[in-house]
Amino acid sequence: MELWFTEKHTPYVDFSIKVDRQLYSGKSEFQRIDIFDSKEFGRFLTLDGYMMLTEKDEFIYHEMIVHVPMCVHSSAKRILVIGGGDGGTVRELLRYPTIEHIDLVEIDELVVEICKKYLPHTAGCLGDPRIHSYYEDGLKFIRHCENEYDLIIVDSTDPFGPGEGLFTKEFYGNCYKALREDGVMVNQHESPFYKEDAYAMQRAHKRIVESFPISRVYQAHIPTYPSGHWLFGFASKKYHPIRDANWVKWNALGLKTRYYNTQLHAGSFALPNYVEEMLRDVE
Amino acid sequence: MGYYSQDRAPVLEALQKLKTMRLVPFDVPGHKRGRGNPELTEFLGEKCMSVDVNSMKLLDNLCHPVSVIKEAEALAAEAFGAAQAFFMVGGTTSAVQTMVLTVCKRGDKIILPRNVHRSVINAMILCGAVPVYVNPQMDHNLGISLGMRLSEVEKAIRENPDAKAVFVNNPTYYGICSNLRSITELAHRHGLLMLVDEAHGTHFYFSDKLPDAAMHIGADMAAVSMHKSGGSLTQSSLLLVGPQIHAGYVRQIINLTQTTSGSYLLMVSLDISRRNLAIRGKALFDSVINLVEYARGEINAIGDYYAYSKELVNGDSIYDFDITKLSVFTRPIGLAGIEVYDILRDEYDIQTEFGDIANLLAYVSVGDRPKDIERLVSSLSEIRRNYRKDRSGMLAAEYINPQVICGPQEAFYADKESLPINDTVGRVCSEFVMCYPPGIPILAPGELITGEILTYIAYAKKKGCSMTGPEDMNIERLNVMKGDL
Repeated sequence: MELWFTEKHTPYVDFSIKVDRQLYSGKSEFQRIDIFDSKEFGRFLTLDGYMMLTEKDEFIYHEMIVHVPMCVHSSAKRILVIGGGDGGTVRELLRYPTIEHIDLVEIDELVVEICKKYLPHTAGCLGDPRIHSYYEDGLKFIRHCENEYDLIIVDSTDPFGPGEGLFTKEFYGNCYKALREDGVMVNQHESPFYKEDAYAMQRAHKRIVESFPISRVYQAHIPTYPSGHWLFGFASKKYHPIRDANWVKWNALGLKTRYYNTQLHAGSFALPNYVEEMLRDVE
Repeated sequence: MGYYSQDRAPVLEALQKLKTMRLVPFDVPGHKRGRGNPELTEFLGEKCMSVDVNSMKLLDNLCHPVSVIKEAEALAAEAFGAAQAFFMVGGTTSAVQTMVLTVCKRGDKIILPRNVHRSVINAMILCGAVPVYVNPQMDHNLGISLGMRLSEVEKAIRENPDAKAVFVNNPTYYGICSNLRSITELAHRHGLLMLVDEAHGTHFYFSDKLPDAAMHIGADMAAVSMHKSGGSLTQSSLLLVGPQIHAGYVRQIINLTQTTSGSYLLMVSLDISRRNLAIRGKALFDSVINLVEYARGEINAIGDYYAYSKELVNGDSIYDFDITKLSVFTRPIGLAGIEVYDILRDEYDIQTEFGDIANLLAYVSVGDRPKDIERLVSSLSEIRRNYRKDRSGMLAAEYINPQVICGPQEAFYADKESLPINDTVGRVCSEFVMCYPPGIPILAPGELITGEILTYIAYAKKKGCSMTGPEDMNIERLNVMKGDL
């Protein structure tokens, strides 16, 4: 039997994983949710047919979206995670004993429920008492926040579908307002490679630059995302992502990571020329 | 012709049948189901082009309906509670003009508020009817025109016993409703016909949570923009008439100016939309009401903005309010509605319906999603945070009582001259000046130009309102009647 999961990375490029079996398929108010098992990538979650995470490579995304800002803003205590219903981002955050309070705002409660059941590796931590979960539109949630958070992590889906509102100027502006005076926002920033993704990436960058005084982009290699070349945005009111990084302090924490290290942190902000150019075009 | 129920759509069914017949078209349109214009077909889609067809026996004829269009119009009449309904393919403008042309001849008087759409006054230019304006009351804080007071209509009727009809725009663009039922009774008691421009009130027919609809309270004619809240294609509209109006005469009037090549895309959109409203209208508008009520609450919670609603109701000039309208008073943040409108579009990728010098109108319909409402509310919140400024120096809109020197037709066709706009004070204007949208004239043909009016025009231009009407596209010159008063 040949059973394959295929995602169209562009109308002309397919990405396929041989599926061992499908464990779950359901539809929430917002999207279709599927869980598969595969030989190569282990268990994986897709939303509306788009790859969200696989057991094999999720560590790259989650380590990079959490440890980079935490190394810069090492005293962050109140954190807001928008999206991230799979729990991976929160799992990494919970490794910092200094973090006191995490608000997790996920629009789709069913995603959380399904991840808890099928993806304990990431969602197993969601019962931690430091986590306060809200199931609502992130754009709505953040509108009512002012001067509350040290770090906001936007762990969103793509800029179409339920995550659409999280790539808008009004959203980034509201994040700015919700952050304390030395707050940092990190976001999933799409990919620079294929045309459609690159366009979304440029738009997001333009909107962030308009809202924050410091805005830098860093990269990681994520094999199951389109082109494998993925970007994150680092926006901040005060801290520079490299000059203000506290390498010594972070290393003293002794956190064991598989992808992130402080040298890679510094290096991840060095981008290919064509990416730099695309970013400059909208700055 | 048997009775059709509201779940039928005769024009749609005829077009579906046509597709299965595979007729060889040796008639117009010349694109022949799209084959003759592949670029247009690529853009619009083969499905769309294949039903862009001409009148034929199977499809009836809009100018003289005897089969499927007649049936579809009968279903529309039933759905809206009218004696007769007419499919209109020239927009609600053509429906409004038909109302005026049906009841007025040259020199006939028609009683109406001044804040009507230009199409009404255009019709008077065509037929030579003369307006008797009733001062629509003004909310001085919000700077919007309200409805007509019953007592003012009564006074106008007493002073003009020979008037032929009362015309009211209900609701206004902003959602304000007049006391339609009492005004209609008053008009009928004095032998006048009641005409209603319901361009913004299609939904009134399908919800018990909304103000009265014209046909339901016995008005004689109503123009209904199906393409606004009704969901049909742009430019399609309905004209509804009551039992006192001779439908055959109305058809003749329509045919004076309406195309003889009525678009089946527009007609089928009316047919499908009517069916949808008849079957699901109540639930659809319940969901719109919920969206708007939510948005209103959230916008008012931001601070400074005022998204108004039924609390304005005063039993007379604001007899009722259309709660599906999301009108927002923006002046407290120091920005004109048109400025917020521009910022929303340029900075936040949100296109709203229009802004005037103090209000913003976001048009919410069944096509909107909760997440879009969140974007609108969040953007307004951000605009307040980032752009708020001192509100001094902002012009508060006042109702400028028009001084009608002569009828619109006389002024429009009079000998005229073009003058620089600032040299026109004291002269009689022979053309329109308006912001579009909403298309309500600031000056209409036959009205005296005053310094106050020119100040308003200059302010609206400065704030970025899109001004239309005059022959001079830049509105630097105006046409005025020759000779002094």
